[in-house]
Amino acid sequence: MRIAVLTDIHANREAFEAVLSDIGAHGVDRMALLGDIVGYGADPEWCCDRAAALVAEGAICVRGNHDNAAAGAAEAMSPLAKRALDWTSARLSAGQKSFLGNLPLTANAEAVLFVHASANRPEEWSYVTSDSRAAPSFRACGARVILCGHVHVPLLASCDIGGVVREQAFRSGLPIPLLSSRRWLAVVGSVGQPRDGVAQAGWALLDTTQGELTFRRTAYDVVAAARKVREAGLPEELAVRLLVGR
Amino acid sequence: MMQRRPHEGMEIDGFTLGEKLHTGGFATIWAVTHQDHDLPMVMKVPTIMDGYDGPTIVGFEVEQMIMPRLSGPHVPKVIATGGFDVMPYIVTELIDGGSFLSVFQKAPLPLSDVIEIGARMVAAVADLHRQHVIHLDLKPENFLQRKTGEMVLVDYGLSRHDRLPDLLAEEFTIPMGTYPYIAPEQYLRCRDDPRSDLFALGAMLYALATGRNPWGTPETLRGVRKRLWRDPEPPRAIRPEVPEWLQEIILRALSVDPMRRYQTAGQLAFDLSHPQQVALTARAHKVKRDGWLAVFDRWRVMRKIRRFTVPSSVAAQLASVPIIVVAVDLSPQGERLAEVLLRAVKRMLILEPDARIACVNVIKTARIGIDQGTDDQGNNLHVLRLVQLKTWAAGIELPDHRLTYTVLEGSDPGQAILDYATANEVDHIMMGARGHSTTRRYLGSVSAQVVAEAHCSVTVIRLPERREADERQPLPERDAAPA
Repeated sequence: MRIAVLTDIHANREAFEAVLSDIGAHGVDRMALLGDIVGYGADPEWCCDRAAALVAEGAICVRGNHDNAAAGAAEAMSPLAKRALDWTSARLSAGQKSFLGNLPLTANAEAVLFVHASANRPEEWSYVTSDSRAAPSFRACGARVILCGHVHVPLLASCDIGGVVREQAFRSGLPIPLLSSRRWLAVVGSVGQPRDGVAQAGWALLDTTQGELTFRRTAYDVVAAARKVREAGLPEELAVRLLVGR
Repeated sequence: MMQRRPHEGMEIDGFTLGEKLHTGGFATIWAVTHQDHDLPMVMKVPTIMDGYDGPTIVGFEVEQMIMPRLSGPHVPKVIATGGFDVMPYIVTELIDGGSFLSVFQKAPLPLSDVIEIGARMVAAVADLHRQHVIHLDLKPENFLQRKTGEMVLVDYGLSRHDRLPDLLAEEFTIPMGTYPYIAPEQYLRCRDDPRSDLFALGAMLYALATGRNPWGTPETLRGVRKRLWRDPEPPRAIRPEVPEWLQEIILRALSVDPMRRYQTAGQLAFDLSHPQQVALTARAHKVKRDGWLAVFDRWRVMRKIRRFTVPSSVAAQLASVPIIVVAVDLSPQGERLAEVLLRAVKRMLILEPDARIACVNVIKTARIGIDQGTDDQGNNLHVLRLVQLKTWAAGIELPDHRLTYTVLEGSDPGQAILDYATANEVDHIMMGARGHSTTRRYLGSVSAQVVAEAHCSVTVIRLPERREADERQPLPERDAAPA
């Protein structure tokens, strides 16, 4: 089964649409959204509705901290995120908030665990930024593959037979064999607000039959997305961030 | 982890283990059969110590990851792999020709054998590099031979696939490889340079030619480290009948700095198959090792070195030094075209500054009957063409070691060019196409055949053609410019 994995869309319609069209060209069997559908970007309603439509068609979708906050929960956030969130909350309908607030924290399918942040205590939204920070996720579950987001910088780690967790270097666009002798964790970049210096939407393609994962990048109209952030009166930093991808 | 141990008669995933064929340091090899696979097969099972045997496990994981992604005659075909949960294994076709260890034990070999075996070893490595894999543990035992003659590379436990994660990157704190053949940069723990394999090939060519390893058989890392500054005994000092060109090739492959070696296996193969055109340098004439002063100077520099410059990728390294074949028509009708082709080659050298240019010309022979090797005046046609080819190529203004000249003979010129390009693993062919004539339309042109059938890129150069319309109508006279 080929699963397209998207995370941290952050209300960036241009990026979301570009990735969906790229996925259409690749042909996948299923989609998974790893949370943070809203927050930061200028199109929360559209992104929320599109995600809900995908879920209705069978997509896996878990809740991120921004989704939780937009639905009304109290979340500790940076001042920048807080400003964007206040703006977002005001835009969303009750139905949209209910969709976001009722998303599960984790989902399992095909021996894969889907979660927004670190898999141990998902509700604490811990960042997986290194092999040592990936280790608790491996301990917390038995899934062979753990896919998460939240960091906006892609990362791959493996846990070998001896339980040693190591970060693995990889290249975008090339299929990585997920050796069956190891367990694997991937932080799948970010569709709507990449922070690894590449101003292109990040996502991943998991092929459970071949046992391969491919980190992918899709170019989108960054300028249009940034302009909409500015026109919406959202903080300037958020527009710049899209333009430089950092 | 690893619930079962291999033994004769054991059955796993439909495979039945037969005789144990080999016991190595890290694995055992078994003959196996399977009712769905009707070919001779072997199963490699890692020997995992009780408890956690990290290096063996990771090495085997690397093999399981890389081997199924390889193809072609120079690698064993993978039939199946088994996970660590029951018993890890890799089943491949049996390569029945045996390893080259016994051949190396007979070294020094006759020089024709050294060259022939060397060329086949280099071809296998070139094929592996094309598949983005650096072997990093080339040694006689890891070269097997097919009945058809191709060398097959085995044992990918230390290899590096340029497009996959490197599971070994952080696994070991000491250099990995086999001490007599390990390259200086491997000693410095670099795992990203395909030129490391060319160094190992140089060490094996040295051994085949002289019967000795260039730095003996060091057993400690200290012993390995010496090769960063100490030059080996020149092969001709051990065996004077080694030709200078072969010493040049071997010592170039053994250069300490990867930048000074052959840059691709293709380049090394090219020199082995064009011995008379190997550009000889001082090292070709060396008869003894460098004096202590020179070695001391190198030691002062090298003892502090931590790394050499690494190419950005295997593919980038292969592409950086292409071999370009230029097929030249030297007939009087082709004269203008040859001029235009020369200009195109010079432009190409701006794009590919490190390219090697192989100039070829084809003497068309009759399909049936005996050809005369001499013209009406009794001149040797082959020599004449070679002289003409060299004269033409002088215009490229490239140093000698980057230019070769070959006169081919064949009844089918296109096929002759194609065969030459295939045999020499050429990256690009440049040639001229003559204008359109009726005969050409019906019989097909040489360039069209080459374009259609070549395995590499082909650039076809044409003479700028005047439009028929221009010939019919005189150009309108220009208005006189206003005074």
